[in-house]
Amino acid sequence: MSDPMRIRAQAAADKVTVRVLVSHEMETGQRKTADGKTVPAMYIQTISATHNGKTVMNAQWGTAVSKNPFIQFVFAGGKAGDKVAVTWVDNTGDKRTDEATIS
Amino acid sequence: MERVMKRREFVQTTSGAAALGLVAGVGLFPVTASAQSTWNKAAFEAKSLADVVKALGGSTATESKDVVLSAPEIAENGNVVRVGAQSTTAGTTWLGLVIEKNPAALAAGFDVLEGTEANMSTNVKMGQSSNVYALAKVGDKFIYAVKEVKVTLGGCGG
Repeated sequence: MSDPMRIRAQAAADKVTVRVLVSHEMETGQRKTADGKTVPAMYIQTISATHNGKTVMNAQWGTAVSKNPFIQFVFAGGKAGDKVAVTWVDNTGDKRTDEATIS
Repeated sequence: MERVMKRREFVQTTSGAAALGLVAGVGLFPVTASAQSTWNKAAFEAKSLADVVKALGGSTATESKDVVLSAPEIAENGNVVRVGAQSTTAGTTWLGLVIEKNPAALAAGFDVLEGTEANMSTNVKMGQSSNVYALAKVGDKFIYAVKEVKVTLGGCGG
């Protein structure tokens, strides 16, 4: 349904910095088309990340997050070779999960 | 004698009930904690910093140097503004980004989980030049940092 996320997770010392670039329209519901119709809102409401089954990031987003959103976070306890999975759910119920290996 | 017994019984039952209440209270806490990770409609519909704080169950927010907001002074394109929030206070449980003049003030919220740093950044849309707040929840208190971001090209449909 939607394009995969681009996830980069880098380990330094005992901390892992994760950068996620999501491919999503993030339509606010405020925008109007040329013929005056409101474009219905479609935006990610929750996005979370897990490392070895443990949730390491949990965020709630509103309509003000940019199109094709970016998020960066840092968690402790990960090492190179581990997997990080990121899942988002939008207000229409659409969802997607992608996984990346920590480098 | 009988009266004393009755009182003792009464004390026992009430203390038992109190203990039960305590258990229920303890049991409730994780529920509210996890409820916060779900999408808070009221908070995302709030129009100002004060309303956001109220929707999240706080009373007032105070300005603090323990919260660091990284945002540009001038954003050329309001569609994509990189904003970061960081809290240096131990016990921070939640971080949020609030943009005062957007149609909905709260842009993003971020649960600070165990093992995860109270440091996040994301891209947000800004309709016009506005104060941007980094809001942090520490215990049951809210603290924030503020910075004005000038937008030369609005990012909300216009």
